[in-house]
Amino acid sequence: MTEQLPGPYEKIDLKKKDKDMLKKRYKQIKYEVGEAVGVIAAQSISEPATQTTLRAYHSEGRTQLVTTKGLPRLIELFDARKIPKTPTMEIYLDKEHNNKEDARKIAAKIKETKLKHILKEDSIDLINLRIELVPDSTLLQNLDITTESIITLIKKSIKHINISCENEVIMIEIAQDKKPDFTISDLQSIRVRARNLFTKGIKGIEQAIVECENNQWIIKTLGSNLKRVLKMPGIDASRITSNNIFEVAKVLGIEAARNAIIKETITTMREQGVDTDVRHLLLVADAMTNDGTIQAIGRYGLAGQKSSVLSRANFEETVKHLTNAASGGEIDPLESVIENIIIGNIAPIGTGMIKLKVKD
Amino acid sequence: MSKIKEIRFKMISPEIIRKLSVMPVVTSEVYGPDAYPIDGGVMDPKLGIIDPGMRCQTCGGRIGECTGHFGHIEFARPVLNILYLPQIRLILTYTCHKCGALLADKTKLEQGIAPKKLKVMTTCPDCGAKQGKIKLEKPSTFVRDKHPLTPVEIREHFEKISDETANLIGIKGGRPEWFILTLLLVPPVTARPSITLESGDRSEDDLTHKLVDIIRINHRLADNLEIGAPDFIIEDLWELLQYHVTTYFNNEISSIPPARHRSGRSLKTLAQRLKSKDGRFRHNLTGKRVNYCARTVVSPDPNISLNDVGVPELVAKELTVPIKVTKNNINELKAHIKNGPDTHPGANYVTRPDGIRKKVINENKESILEELAPGHIVERHLIDGDITIFNRQPSLHRMSVMAHYAKIMPHKTFRLNLCVCKPYNADFDGDEMNLHVLQTAEARAEAEQLMLVEKNIRSPRFGGPIMGCDQDYISGAYQLTKIGTTFTKQQTAQILINADIIADLKKDTYTGKEIFSFAIPKGINLEYKANTCRKCETCKKKECEHDAYVIIEDGELKKGVIDTNSIAAFKGRIIDTIDMEKGHSQARLFLDQITKIITRTMMKQGFSISLDNLDTDKTTRTNIEKAIDKQLEVIEKQIEDYKKGKIDVSPGRTPEEALEDMIMIELWKITNMTQQIIDKTVDETNSAIIMARTGARGSIQNLAYMSGLVGQETIRGRRIFRGYTGRTLSHFKKGDLSPTSHGFVRSSFQKGIDPIEFFFEVMKGREGIMDSSLKTRVSGYMQRRLVSALQDIKVGEDYHVRDSSGTIIQFVPGEDCVDPAKSDRGYLDKQIMTKH
Repeated sequence: MTEQLPGPYEKIDLKKKDKDMLKKRYKQIKYEVGEAVGVIAAQSISEPATQTTLRAYHSEGRTQLVTTKGLPRLIELFDARKIPKTPTMEIYLDKEHNNKEDARKIAAKIKETKLKHILKEDSIDLINLRIELVPDSTLLQNLDITTESIITLIKKSIKHINISCENEVIMIEIAQDKKPDFTISDLQSIRVRARNLFTKGIKGIEQAIVECENNQWIIKTLGSNLKRVLKMPGIDASRITSNNIFEVAKVLGIEAARNAIIKETITTMREQGVDTDVRHLLLVADAMTNDGTIQAIGRYGLAGQKSSVLSRANFEETVKHLTNAASGGEIDPLESVIENIIIGNIAPIGTGMIKLKVKD
Repeated sequence: MSKIKEIRFKMISPEIIRKLSVMPVVTSEVYGPDAYPIDGGVMDPKLGIIDPGMRCQTCGGRIGECTGHFGHIEFARPVLNILYLPQIRLILTYTCHKCGALLADKTKLEQGIAPKKLKVMTTCPDCGAKQGKIKLEKPSTFVRDKHPLTPVEIREHFEKISDETANLIGIKGGRPEWFILTLLLVPPVTARPSITLESGDRSEDDLTHKLVDIIRINHRLADNLEIGAPDFIIEDLWELLQYHVTTYFNNEISSIPPARHRSGRSLKTLAQRLKSKDGRFRHNLTGKRVNYCARTVVSPDPNISLNDVGVPELVAKELTVPIKVTKNNINELKAHIKNGPDTHPGANYVTRPDGIRKKVINENKESILEELAPGHIVERHLIDGDITIFNRQPSLHRMSVMAHYAKIMPHKTFRLNLCVCKPYNADFDGDEMNLHVLQTAEARAEAEQLMLVEKNIRSPRFGGPIMGCDQDYISGAYQLTKIGTTFTKQQTAQILINADIIADLKKDTYTGKEIFSFAIPKGINLEYKANTCRKCETCKKKECEHDAYVIIEDGELKKGVIDTNSIAAFKGRIIDTIDMEKGHSQARLFLDQITKIITRTMMKQGFSISLDNLDTDKTTRTNIEKAIDKQLEVIEKQIEDYKKGKIDVSPGRTPEEALEDMIMIELWKITNMTQQIIDKTVDETNSAIIMARTGARGSIQNLAYMSGLVGQETIRGRRIFRGYTGRTLSHFKKGDLSPTSHGFVRSSFQKGIDPIEFFFEVMKGREGIMDSSLKTRVSGYMQRRLVSALQDIKVGEDYHVRDSSGTIIQFVPGEDCVDPAKSDRGYLDKQIMTKH
């Protein structure tokens, strides 16, 4: 190994004496060959999970966004679920937009608005057999939507209807050619469809709140859609984060996903007051993203794809792995830990990697 | 010794079955009228023996010598092997039923693309035969275009497939037709022993029952085939045979009712023997039983070293260490043998170089002594200083298994130093622990070098000490080192001699700080805030009026009190620094010495808590009451506003949620204010506050619960809403949103809580119990998965992190090659790093 100190230490200006001391210590505290870093990482993460209270909820001083925390969140991350229970984003703003008004404006633009959110009233007129929608004019102004645009939107998405507009009231009727065979329930279903029409914002963003941290205005969202948000003007694309690791992998690539895993796991643990070295989480994240895709820790991920038959059979789905091995004529090279324990050899890890001859 | 290099998995062929088999099993009868196994039955003595005194009819071996022999059953009609159903389906779909040719893109298969991802051709490229669609009708019938396929047809189809085609589809471990069974291997009797009950009845193994079923139905099928019975009878029997063979392999297939024992218990057949936690793999192959171990209750002993474990004499006489006799140790070992097996430092066995092992008994010890010579191996009792491995389950991290030096003691429990409780997570309410005695020099050396307690003081999780003092040691250290504690020369001498510290006492009186300093090694310099720090706006450092700024110069405690931040696990700065700068054994010695000093001083001073400590004076009480009333009024107003619809709702929330949020914040303020009032007014000498501030046990919050108020009880982070419709208890009106009706406890524990408050309190308590019991299971499984996924990852010989197949996971371990287990909280040097 080189005589150099780790990066951050090389950068800082040190006295010769201190530097020599650090160099000496660095030599002493380096990893040794054969160290079972995997097991230590696994234990360092899961031991505090069993010992301390990794609470899922905490009452004091909570924000309006309720997100998954503690043990459930950790498991969610290691399981590599495609969509987390509570996807969130943190959106930073660029210099020109770093103020309250712009933050609010952008937040309103981002938030997914469905037609029902901007309606003051909606009802079915049973006499005239039509649906009446009354948009909230102030909301319309705030969100920069016009009644006309609503009408065209409805026209585009729902077929066989006639739309008219009188005094800010939008009326929907069934088209003439369909009239003979329709019922009230058809009208009702059109109403439901109309109410759920996507009108404005970015799909999937259920909530967007504005917060200020250290003179930085941040938009925190419930729901995540990196791809679309990144295209928004006014945001600082270099600092935006999402807690949906699959989305991060898709939009920004696997390296970003690896960083997202590290960030999410370490904050989840720190939040609960668990002090764990980052190196353990680095290893887990590296192992999870090693082949360029995100692999879960578990039966269908890392543990289920190992080269050793015995190791897989020992973990889960014993019979399946054994029959597959037999029909595929697989060979277990007995290279890792479990197989060697099973057959009674010394496992090639740690001191087991070194052969020692004892003189009789 | 030869070593297994690799294991090749293959399917078993009918030829090999015939070769392996010593006899065909033909009759479903098991025992004759004379209770002797019938020849040709499943318990035939040719298949091995399980009864003592008998000899195997195949190899002539006795019990233990003969491992048993296989037999076989010849099926009248072939049946499918249910375990290979996915493979059978694959071959049926991807090969032509007329000529056995491949029905998928050959080049793509050669590239290693899984056949499942490829399109199936509808006509055979070789013979042009039209291919039907294959469907699986549960449990085990394949249908091609509404025509059900019999195993005979499938087998004929499979026989046409060339080896090359089979290989391409992924069948490399044998011929496809072997998936359809014509012969069944009958396992030896020794693999399915019957048990003789007390009444003399025999109880057969589940596998034997199943085999009998198979033979019986097979027999009936054969008979019916012979007499030319109608097709439907044959088909029924064939199906029945398929069922029995299926359940023989796996009795937990979802679409098949499991075969049951007479009592209704489902049978444990082949797959069940291997599977899950109590199966062969996890129970017998990975989990192995060992000799030379002991298990008993643990109890504390403040007088032994951190490295030691107190072993009961009873255990020491049973557990032995094999020692090879040499010229140098022969007299020592002779003394052991002279003591015999029953007196403590004795010996139990002597093995001569020719391999003959003799038990040492009082009658023969003289003769053994006479012939004892270098080269013999004496299994002597465990004695003081022997290295042993100590463990407490659940073994969640590597500090759950550590090496201790044995210390033989009277009575019947294992004794351990209190500082080692943290890593083991042990307490003394009946905990039991395991002890293992190492048998080889190699193992002893490794245990001593790597697993010894003092070498594990620094946890690999965060790079700080995981061992340290807690509870009384902390409050004791505070009492000892606070300003005003002095001891006479005589008292000081008593304290120090107990801690094995030899010092030249020149002064007449010694302060607590001076006594404590005797334990700190020279050359230690530290400066930090103690846990008792009040977090003043500007830290006065040296001039701290609470004596909460610790200064240690060259091993002398100059200023500050000792508490959690100095000597506890996780936080203890002194332990951390000594371990880093002076080495593991100095850190251990420090812990040994201060714990003894503290126990001695505690014996002189005493420390207790009483009901008086919870009393609050009148003004404090009224202050708290006022604060509560004020907040409750605020909440009342909020509720009124909500009812009038005047509440401020943030987008995306309902008014109800908004109100709840607001109420929770106000309620939280009550607890907070009470805590602050108590924290400010409480007497400095109050035991409860000393414990809380030093970090020995409890918190200000606990004290606030006892003498202030209990406050809001929450369930799942919300106020309590469970119970009747619209209300928690029948004492309240429906729709009442007031704090009292949703779990607000106004009383303190000292004052006593009323029945309704008690009810809410218990609801919260129950939630806690539920939570922890559910959580252990969830996190236990998470640990198993994590370990399974990562266990093979190690630092390779080239310093790259690799997994078992050699794939590089990280080029530099941990990105800077710093081992957290040896680091200063993850840094090379935390002080230097944080300064910059």
